[in-house]
Parts: sequence; C-alpha cells; structure tokens
Amino acid sequence: MGRAAAFILRRRGGKGWHWTDIVTWVWLIGGLFIMFGPALWLMFSSFKTPAALAEFPPSILPYTSQQVSVEGHDKPLTLYDVTLPDGTTKKLAEVRRIGLFSQMVDPAKPDETIRVNINSRKPVQELSFATENYTGPFVHFDFFRYLWNSVFVTVMATLITLIVNSMAAFALSKYEFRGRSVAMLIILATLMVPLSVIMVPLYSIISALGLFNNLWGVILPTVATPTGVFILRQYMLTIPDELIDAARMDKASEWQIYWRIVLPLTAPALAVLAIFSVVWRWNDFLWPLIVLSRKELYTLQVGLSIYSGELNVQWHFILAMTVVTMIPVVLVFIFLQRFITTGIAGTGLK
Amino acid sequence: MKLRSLLAGATLALLTSTAYAGDVRIMWYSDGVEGEVLADLMKRFMDKNPDIKVTIDNVAFGVIKEQLPVQLEAGHGPDIARVTALKDLSRHWLDLRPLISDAAYWDANFGAQADWMRPDGSNQISGFMTQVTLTGGFANKTLFEQAGVPLPGPDATWDDWAAASKKVADSQQIPFAMALDRSGHRITAPNIAFGANYIGADGKPAPLDKGAKDFITKFVGWTNDGVMSKDVWVSAAGQTYRAAADDFINAQLAYYYSGSWQIPNFATKIGNGFDWVATGSPCGPAACTGMPGGAGLVAVKYTKNPKDVAKVMDYLASEAVVKEFSERTLFIPAHKGILDKGDLNFKTEDPQVKAALDVFVKASKTTAPAAQKMPGWRWADTVYGALVTRVAQVIAGELPLDDAFTRIDSDVATKVKDSGL
Amino acid sequence: MTAPLETASKPSAVQHLGAIALAPVRLVMGLIDRPLRALQRMTGLSGMAIFFLAPNMLIFGIFVLLPLFINFVYSTTGGSALFLPERSYVGADQYQRLFDCSNYLDPLTCQEDAFWTAVSNTFWFVVLQVTLMIGAALVTALILNRNLAARSFWRAVFFFPVLLSPVVVGLIWRWILQRQGLLNFILYPFGVDPYTWLTDRTWSFAAAVGVSLWAHMGFYALILLAGLQAIPKDLYEAADMDGTKPARVFWRITLPLLMPNLVVVIVLALIRSVQVFDEVYILTGGGPGTSTLFITQYIYETGFVSQPRNPGLAAAASILMGLVLVVLTLVQLGLGRRGEKKGKR
Repeated sequence: MGRAAAFILRRRGGKGWHWTDIVTWVWLIGGLFIMFGPALWLMFSSFKTPAALAEFPPSILPYTSQQVSVEGHDKPLTLYDVTLPDGTTKKLAEVRRIGLFSQMVDPAKPDETIRVNINSRKPVQELSFATENYTGPFVHFDFFRYLWNSVFVTVMATLITLIVNSMAAFALSKYEFRGRSVAMLIILATLMVPLSVIMVPLYSIISALGLFNNLWGVILPTVATPTGVFILRQYMLTIPDELIDAARMDKASEWQIYWRIVLPLTAPALAVLAIFSVVWRWNDFLWPLIVLSRKELYTLQVGLSIYSGELNVQWHFILAMTVVTMIPVVLVFIFLQRFITTGIAGTGLK
Repeated sequence: MKLRSLLAGATLALLTSTAYAGDVRIMWYSDGVEGEVLADLMKRFMDKNPDIKVTIDNVAFGVIKEQLPVQLEAGHGPDIARVTALKDLSRHWLDLRPLISDAAYWDANFGAQADWMRPDGSNQISGFMTQVTLTGGFANKTLFEQAGVPLPGPDATWDDWAAASKKVADSQQIPFAMALDRSGHRITAPNIAFGANYIGADGKPAPLDKGAKDFITKFVGWTNDGVMSKDVWVSAAGQTYRAAADDFINAQLAYYYSGSWQIPNFATKIGNGFDWVATGSPCGPAACTGMPGGAGLVAVKYTKNPKDVAKVMDYLASEAVVKEFSERTLFIPAHKGILDKGDLNFKTEDPQVKAALDVFVKASKTTAPAAQKMPGWRWADTVYGALVTRVAQVIAGELPLDDAFTRIDSDVATKVKDSGL
Repeated sequence: MTAPLETASKPSAVQHLGAIALAPVRLVMGLIDRPLRALQRMTGLSGMAIFFLAPNMLIFGIFVLLPLFINFVYSTTGGSALFLPERSYVGADQYQRLFDCSNYLDPLTCQEDAFWTAVSNTFWFVVLQVTLMIGAALVTALILNRNLAARSFWRAVFFFPVLLSPVVVGLIWRWILQRQGLLNFILYPFGVDPYTWLTDRTWSFAAAVGVSLWAHMGFYALILLAGLQAIPKDLYEAADMDGTKPARVFWRITLPLLMPNLVVVIVLALIRSVQVFDEVYILTGGGPGTSTLFITQYIYETGFVSQPRNPGLAAAASILMGLVLVVLTLVQLGLGRRGEKKGKR
C-alpha cells in the first residue's frame, strides 16, 4: 500500500512537494468530480422512482417507500413511521388520505383504523433500484426501433463516408488533373460550414427528392464530409508515389491501386475517421429531428429529445434512456481510447 | 423493415417514401391517456376493416406545434392529425364533405366548431373536435386547508385568488403561490376578463387595448413579487409552449391556471397525494371568462388515400365511438347529440374528477363573447406568439413593460404584413 | 497538423478483425475491377481521377453546395412558402430588415431585436468560452503531460464528455441545475436556499458557457497534449542542467514550441463556439427571456418555428453567419500553413 501510494503520488524530481504538484492533484481530483460526477449522478438518479426524484434534499442512492400487503386490502399499502399523540412511534400502513388526515392501519391488526395527521407520518424507506425505469421505455417508447434506426444510420453513414471520402482523397492526392485545385478550394472553404447555415434550403431539397421521413434523408447530407476528405488526403500525401508507380508497372489497374495499396496504407487515418463518424452520427440531433416525423423512424437522440419535450416531463424514463444512449459511446471510448486520443491529437478534428 | 432498409441501401432505389393503398397515418399527441384509448379504438376498427392499416405516431405536443406546419408547407405530413392550431393551418385540411357517408350527421353534431378548422368563407368539413376545452384554475385544497385559508368562492376575482394563494404559499413554504402556463392562449383568458379585445373592426389584429395591458401589467407585477411563478415563463425563449402542471402535481403551487384537459392528467398523477379542486376562471372587471378551445382531429389534403381517411374519420366521429372515447379519456366531447342526451358516464372512481368536470361545464356558461370568437379567428396564434415572446422577456427582466406593448403590436403587424394578406 | 499517427506502426486487434470482416468486400472489389479496367482504357488516368472524385462531389454538390447557392436566392425572397417557385422576390429587403437598427449595440433599437440580441449573446459567449477554454485546456494538457501514474485514465477522465451527445449533455445539466438538483443539494449545507439557476439571466448564461466548456474542453486539451509531447525531451533536460526556473522553461521553451497547436486550438474553438446551439437549446431553450439565445437558434426558430415562418430572413441571417465562419476558416488555414513552415524550419 505504502509503495503504491508512493508510486501514484510520485512528485516532480522526487524532492518534497512543489506547488505545481499541489495544483496538479487539485486539478486532477477536481476534474474527476466535475467530469465524472454528473454522469454518475445521472446513473444513480436513473434508478429512482418518480417520487424519490421529486424529493429535496435528494438522496444519493435510490430509496423508495416500503409497501406491505395488509389483509382486507387488494393493493399493497405504503408503510409509514407514525408519531402517535402519546409520543410513541409505530409502523402503520396508509389506507387512504383525506385532506389533512390519513386513515392508517396497523398491519398486525388490520381491522382497527387510526386517524393520523399527515404531518406526523413519514414513509419507511428502503433501498431499491427502480429497474422499471429501464424496462418501461422498451415497452412504451419502442426503444428497440429507435436503437435500430440509430445503428442503421450510424453504420450506413460511416461506411459511405469512408468509401466516398477515401476515393475523393485518393483522386485529390495522387492524380494531376484539371479542376483539382478548384475542388480542393471548395472543400477547404466549406470545411466549417455547419448544417444550420444551410438548413432551410437543404430541407426543401430533401423534400423535393422525396427523402423526407426517410432514414436516407438523414444519412446522405452528412456523408460527403469535407473534413474527412481533408484528413484522408493529408494522410495519403505521405504515401510515396513510387509504390503506385511500381504497381502500375505490374499492370495493376487504378482501382486495384486504390483498394489494395492506398486503402490499407491509409488504415490508421480511416480508423480515426470511422470512429469520429460513428460518434458524430450517433449523436446527431437537429437534422434528424427535422427530417423524421414518424415514430418508427426516430433515432435515439430524436426520441430522447421528443420525450424530454413532452407536456409532462417523465424524468425517470428520460434519465434511464439517457443512460442507455450513453452506453455505446462509452463502450467505443473504452475499447478504442488509444485510437481516438492519438487520432484527434494527430489530426485536430472533431 | 430491417431487410428492406438494407436492400434499399444497397440499391439506393428508395428515393420515394412509399405509401401503400390502405395506409392511414395519424399524428397524435396526448395530455393524458387518450393515446392508449385511440390505439384501442383503432385496433377494433382494423379488425372490422382489414384492408385499412392505421398507424398512430404518438408525438410530443411540441412536434405538432413546430414540425407539423413545416411538413404541411412542404406538402408532406400525416393523413390525419390532432391539432390545436386549427384555423391557422386550415388551408392544408382535406374537405371531407364529399367523402364521408353522412354529411348531415357531421353538420348537426359538430357544426358548432366546424368554422374553427376551415378556411374563411367555405363550408368545408375538415374534421371534428376530439374534445372541447375551457381554460380554468385548479387549487390545491389540502394546502389551503393546512394554511387555514378559505377557498375563494365562485365569483372571486384574480386579485382575491392572488391574495389567498399568497397567504397559503407564505404559511406552507412553497416556492410560488400561483402559476399560469407559458402560452398565449392561457394568458388571453384573464386578458379578456379584464376587457381585452384583440380583433379589430376589419377582422385583423387590433393594437393591444387597455384591458390586455391592465392584466399583463398585473401579471408581470405578480411574477416580480413572487406571487406568480416565473420559472415556467423564463424556461425558454421565443414562442415555445411550457406547462406548469408538474409544479402543481408536486404540490409546489397553491393555484394553477391551466384548463380542463389537465383533469385526467391530475387524476392519474396526483392520485391521493393531496386534494385538488377546479375553480373555473377568476373574474376580472369585464367578465369571469375562460378561453374555449380544444384539439381537433383533421384530415390532411396531401393524403394519398382520401377514401380510407374518410372511413377512419367516419368511424371516430360516430356517436358510439365519441361517447366511449370521451368517457374513457374524461374529455368533454363536442358532439351535440351526446351533450343533449347528457348521459355521459365518465369512467373514474375519483369524486374529485367528477366535481372538476362539473365545474368546467358550469363555467362554460359564463364564457365572454370575445373569448368565443378567438378559436375561429385566423390571427389568434399570431397574437398568442407575440404575447408569449414579449411578456416572457419582460418577466426575465430584459424588456421594460411599455416597450413590450409596442413590440407586441409591431411584431403582430410585421407578421400580418409578411403573410401578404 | 498531420503528425504521423503512432497507430500506424503496429497492426492491432481491430485491424485483424477488420481483415475478416473485409473478406466479402474483397470479393465485391474484385468483381468491380473488370468493368473499371475497361473504363480506364477508355478514359485514361485523368478519367479515373474524375471517377474517384465523382461520388463524393456529387453528394457534396447536392447536399452542401446546392443548398448554399439556394440560400442566396432564398434570402432575396419573402413569404412563408417553402419551395422557391412559390416565393416572391423582395430584393435586399430581408437584409435591410436585419440591419434596420438605430444603434447596433442596443438590440432593442433594432427592428429584428432578436437577431441582434443573438449576435451580441453569441459574441460574449465566444469571447468568454474561448478564453476559458484555452486556459483550462492548456492547464489540463500541461498536467497530463507530467509524469503521472495512470496517465491514460486521467486523459480519459477529461476526454469522456467530448463523446456525449449534445442532447445527453443538455439533459444531464438540466437535471443537475434544477430546483431539486444536485447543485442545490451540494450548496444546501452551506445555507444556500434551493435556487432555480436556469431561471436567472446571469446564471443561465454562465451555465451555457460552463456546460459547453465541460463538454468540449477535453478535446482541445488532447490536441495541446499532442503538441507538448512532440517537444523534444532533451530541450528540457538541457534547461534542467542549467538550473533554469520552471516558469522560465514554460515561457521560453514550452509556449513557443506549442504555438502551432495553440493556434489550431484557438481557431477551432472560435469556429465551434460561433455555432453553439444543441446543448444550450436543450439546457435553457434560449431563456430566460432571450439571455441564451444564440444565432443558430435564431436561424432555426425564424425558419422553422415562429408563426408564420420566415425562411428568407433565416437564410439572410445564416449567410451572414456563414461569412464569419469562412473568414475564420481561412484565417485558420493561413495560420496553419505558416505554422507548418515554421515547424519544418
């Protein structure tokens, strides 16, 4: 233990605490709480019942009021700690509440009704995970359909992005032809034009093409990313032309050169683009919201935002759905962390 | 679906959204349980009419308000929709008159509201009201009792309610005494009670009059004093609709001004958490009025299957179905025949619900003529939008009240001009 | 900007899996080859170049360039109709309306006060967010560059929110900042009464800045970290031998050598924060009043939400915003090129 602590807390130069060491650890621990805390809080909250969610001050772990079934009553009753007029406390079950008073029974003596002021009773709490928050959405919200739509959009968009972007990048990096610099300039100039700028006309184009209420209407506008072309081209520029010339000597067709030589060599950049495309498309929100209006076409993000905008916000379901929506991204992150972090660091994109 | 999508992806041939004969889509939003009731009714319908496939898209109210108009503009949209902006979008509705089996039945039973949903000057049958609603208040009776404050009577004014609720809030330590939804329709009720009339002599919007200014001034004053909840009004920018129902359900409010459509919602969500009563609309100097309204079910003229749509509409508008729908959803129907018979048997064991429904039925008798005109007025939503946007800015403290009044007038004038009418 | 990737050197499990998944692809690619050879014979190399470029440019043309072009046309038309043929030509009216102002610094004197409020909000948001972002990202990168145990864990901690969707980010924080939320719970013991943070103009603006900082900081920190790691170690060793003070090392070695990355980060952060929308829209809806209304939301609401909609006005506003973005992009490319040259020297 001592050695582990020494290892974890090893300091600059190993001679005593420098102020930068203190700053470092304050920053790291603070970062841990601020960055992870909200997500963890969300996780815990997502297991609470609606009643527990409305409580203030909130508890960290999910508690719910204990229920007992009492003879003579069909439904289970809620158990309360009641302070009786003589000062003693007793565990009683509530039959019904009328105004300021509550009719209660002792589970041991179900015949005898006791009138109690509602301010002198407190529900008996027990730790319990409201898993129905998770199962509910699967029943009410067609969750699997949203999940499938999200997966479909993400996978299709990523595949097409990789294919068309890499082909274009190949053309722009390995061929001399007229119009190359014009194409390059257009791509560079639109590198940062966000969807919001072209939203209105794009909507009318999608409508005219009949892609409205169609997952392809979500996929197609996103696939020809200038960013992707730009990154892949930069990477392909580093592939020596001699390789390609040698292949041409061996009578390889241009298509073969593209997919047997250039693509494999570009794999790291493709992987980075793939990961980003997955994260972008999985998280897309505004455009799908505009294009999709049928519930069987909703993606997870649209479903989530639509249910959070409903008349009566059902936080318990929304929190649970949010957690589920986060899971794939977290998984991607855990398994591909090295790719992502080195990839971003190398290409500077998001 | 899975295979079909994949094939489509491979061929890229899926460039038109496909509608098969017999497909009818309904875009529906729910305040309470009506979505489930509709699904049930449609299942029975499909059993009897196997050649028609009805799909219900349950969406949030915001989608109906924000996405549907754009879709209609683009010539898309569902075949049938449940809508509140009936007049504003009326040019998109299908005329069912030649398609339905008995137009006389529709005229007789839904004729009173037919004008709310058709273009001015036509005799089109666009659909029918799934429910008629009336705005009105709800009080948390338990909180009043605990505070020892008597509930103001039926003739109480807005000031009476504000004073009483304030006492309750102070004694019970709840954050706000009252709340009013972030909605132009809702705030129009007290405006009219204070003597407002939005409609000018030429049928176009008139500048805000003294009545409207009086109440808005009072309302803003209340939000500043903490009598009226400002949370719901500042929780968004622009015209976004937000309801304060959650605060009432969580017993954070003594008095909540919303409308009759909240009754089923309260019945299920509040349960026996506390006792609540409907109060009708508080009085102003000019009237004691709520705002009539409601949601209508209308057919969209871009449908590819008008005959099937008419069949679905005929079924849903038939007396037995309207009766069952109303009884199960606890909605007040628009159907004249049913109302005249008066034998509705609402499916609830909760005496509070029956009492509340009675209050609203009684309150409907004092609705002011100015309020009666609003649902059928082409510019109502334009005025509502401007009201919400600007009043919310005043409440957030970024616009002086007088500027807001000028802005509301100029906003409305610009929109009227934009529309080219 | 394109440092060689360290993943290039060793084949990973992902690549092995990829090889198996790629078998059918290989078959398809082989089948396509024959007709493509014929094409190559007919058109030659430059024809093949066009063939490779075509799919991307086609999609790009239809879904990016065409809308950009149509946007200009839109901005010269009026009415609420969606399709161009149904819209009437109004010339520069929409622009005039946007610029109809007696004092540009006071949005309330403008005809389209919401637009100028959005512009001013966006301006202050950009200034604040980018400054704080650069500061926080730099500190984080410097700390992560130290000789820490479990460095990849710490890197993950700061990077994790970057991958969350804006909807999730917005919802998480709305949940925390509400009256019964975590923040009030934490402050409760210190005698702070429960407060609805998002209903206060100042606090909600601060929350918008803070939340977007939370969501994106890790991304910029990583770019800076890569820059720090590329600084040759021997420079530091030499400085250590000379007994140079750490502060001096930072100003004389670290900062100058980090400059190219820092420029990239600043411009990227600028471009992205001008476009702020999603997470704030979920968080505050633009309220209270218009205190967190930003340009993108203005465009969205004008074009899609308000009754009646005004796509022409939205198009005009979006073109103005697009111009700003193009300028920023060109600045980045210019600076990036200079940085590259410097790096080579």
